[in-house]
Amino acid sequence: MSKKIQNTPGSSKKSIIQRLGGQNVVVLLIVLALLAFFSITSPNFRKYSTILSILDYSYYITLIAIGVTFPLITGGVDLSIGTGLICYSLVGGYLVVYQGWPVWLGMIICVLAGAVIGLLNGILIGIMNLPPFLATLCTMMMTRGLGSISSKGLGIPWPTAGTEGGWFRTIFKLNIGDLKLPLGFLWILLLVALMSFVLNHTKTGRYIIAVGCNKEATRLSGINIKTVYIKAYIISGIFAGLASIAYSAIFASVYPGTGAGFELEGIGGAIIGGVSMTGGVGSITGTLLGVFIICILKTGLPFIGLQANWQQIITGIVLITAVLIDLNRNKKKLIR
Amino acid sequence: MGDLILTMKGIDKTFPGVHALDNVDFELYRGEVHALMGENGAGKSTLMKVLTGIYKKDSGTITYDGNVVEFTSPREAQQAGIVIVHQELNFLGHLTVAQNIFIGREYMKGKKIDDARMIEEAAKLFQRMHVNIDPTEKMSNLTVGKQQMCEIAKAISHDAKIIVFDEPTAALTETEVEELFDIIRDLKKKDIGIIYITHRMDEVKVITDRVSVMRDGAYVGTLISKDSTKNDIINLMVGRVIYEDPKTKSMVPEGAPVVLKVENLNAGRFVQNVSFELRKGEILGFAGLMGSGRTETARAIFGADPKDSGDIYINGNKVDIKSPKDAVNNGIGYLSEDRKRYGIVVQRDVAENSTMACLDNFINGIFIDKKKEDSETAKYVESLAIKTPSVDQLVVDLSGGNQQKVVLTKWLVRNCDILIFDEPTRGIDVGAKSDIYKLMNELVKEGKSIIMISSELPEVLRMSDRIVVMCEGRKSGELSIEEATQEKIMHLATMGN
Repeated sequence: MSKKIQNTPGSSKKSIIQRLGGQNVVVLLIVLALLAFFSITSPNFRKYSTILSILDYSYYITLIAIGVTFPLITGGVDLSIGTGLICYSLVGGYLVVYQGWPVWLGMIICVLAGAVIGLLNGILIGIMNLPPFLATLCTMMMTRGLGSISSKGLGIPWPTAGTEGGWFRTIFKLNIGDLKLPLGFLWILLLVALMSFVLNHTKTGRYIIAVGCNKEATRLSGINIKTVYIKAYIISGIFAGLASIAYSAIFASVYPGTGAGFELEGIGGAIIGGVSMTGGVGSITGTLLGVFIICILKTGLPFIGLQANWQQIITGIVLITAVLIDLNRNKKKLIR
Repeated sequence: MGDLILTMKGIDKTFPGVHALDNVDFELYRGEVHALMGENGAGKSTLMKVLTGIYKKDSGTITYDGNVVEFTSPREAQQAGIVIVHQELNFLGHLTVAQNIFIGREYMKGKKIDDARMIEEAAKLFQRMHVNIDPTEKMSNLTVGKQQMCEIAKAISHDAKIIVFDEPTAALTETEVEELFDIIRDLKKKDIGIIYITHRMDEVKVITDRVSVMRDGAYVGTLISKDSTKNDIINLMVGRVIYEDPKTKSMVPEGAPVVLKVENLNAGRFVQNVSFELRKGEILGFAGLMGSGRTETARAIFGADPKDSGDIYINGNKVDIKSPKDAVNNGIGYLSEDRKRYGIVVQRDVAENSTMACLDNFINGIFIDKKKEDSETAKYVESLAIKTPSVDQLVVDLSGGNQQKVVLTKWLVRNCDILIFDEPTRGIDVGAKSDIYKLMNELVKEGKSIIMISSELPEVLRMSDRIVVMCEGRKSGELSIEEATQEKIMHLATMGN
């Protein structure tokens, strides 16, 4: 029998959106529409400096969002990334500022600390079978406390640009004369490419998706699902570590007790970008675009006279819409 | 015996591809205990679901208590006095007995729930039933038997005129069964009609007045319980029809080595001291009724569920299988009875599902070699005649039979030597069925060995070289294909303890 057979009964015709690449295209159009909207309504918005500040504030959210996409795709969640990134920044910054460690070592500590908390999450969830929400809620509280303790309750100013060790800030923003280059965006694009690759073309990525789709079937295929969960949470932790570097580089000082709520912007961005809360579905480019929607709203709304509180309400509405789309899609799948 | 409380006449129900009920008649008198028997899938449950409004019948009439009725929901049937005591009990474990009995129709005192009154009423119910249950006890603290009593109490409190018991004794101890029978005799005296679905032959004589038998969705006949023998009933259940040519002799070569040996395997209630051997090139049939422990045995061997004790030998070497991963590494593949839950990842494509059990063979550096994956999958798509537009097709879009073939592909790509097929043809069409039979025969010819769990006796007789029969978690017998008949298997499967 030939393998190119006429359509089986279930295979439906693809919609125009699906042909263009699915939800990513929709989200990209929304990003462009938002940019256009704010540019038209506010002359101040269409300045290079505004674009720069949107990007500046997007880096750490984008990084945690890329990371948290992996636990989300397994059907879990990681709430510890927000307070975590502040904690790692405080730990690394303390060693650099007060213990005289070189900045590069402090940065590595940030990432390592993230990986350790990720491993802890992974063990709690993958091996001890704690619900992800609960496990990462606990590590969220723990990292918040840990950050305060390690910085002795003080805010920590990572070296400023121009001083010794201040070079690390140029990783994200390079000044050549008067020209400011958002170098960080390049790293983000590279990381998006790298993690898309990990998700779609490596064993780890495939198993993470498979576990999110059907945990039991994956286990019964002879796959060690414990390590799959652990890997997903370590990835999330490492990206929280990277985000802590971005955060330290953009802001003058890092203060203990902050960071709660960042994770919701990251998770929200991922979900707007098409990651399913029930697991199994999602893409890194989608997450990137989703975060952009949140960041553009955050920066853009004040330009048309709506303050931070409105931005949160509107982000909430966008999120509800995204989840409704996701639910609707799942429902259709079930009916089949 | 009183007058007729229920007459079902000419009931017909068709699901896509299945004629589930074919012109079925059924009668029940007041104060009668009427057993309903038949193999798995004979249509007993469907008939009861039509009666209680869960399914809408295509044609036929139901006359209940003198009126033609057509219930549209179980709630409606319940209000009219027809209640089912399900095999799987439905209750809220952390509420009290009284709260469970009156759930959805709580006694109120103004805006407040009147707990005292509910406890009182529940106590009265238990008094009438002569059982000793504290209405304030939490439901989850009761034994299964007591929980069932609560369900019955609930039924009585609904003023039931008909109570349907769906395999009520399946999870009960012997004393609990005695208590249940006392209650049933009591209900009889109150002129309540009882439909008693069971697989246990012994119970039919003890507790029922008449027994009706169904087969393949059709009503076969009704016997007076006290005048009929176990054999009479089995003959009705199995029928004389031959569906498939049975295998007449074993195809396993003389002296073929034992590839899998299971010794005194124990795993929970459903796997007790199970021992058997599987030879190279053999199809070993596992027969038995639902809940006899066949799937549980398979899952314990495969490491899907923990085992309590017992040894497993593969090619003579003792192996320690703690997880499905260990089993797969030892060359065992398991095709689950519930492929959507345990077999495939429906939202992913055919190729991904096919290589799932041995993705390591398709890794190039750190990348997945998509080309190799696709071409290897395409080979199986062709040889198994999987009907799919391409290997990139999502499995959710394939038919049941083709999904089953994808699960098969997964284990063939992995090149497993021992395959456990759990109900391999359940819910798939006739064409795919014979494809799978053909494939199984080819596999054993290549020297693979297959354990086939099946509830369809004709399938067991057609495919197996040897047959293990299980009953209530134990191996109740082993038959060579030469000596096996449907009747003999049925005897072993319903032996009881």
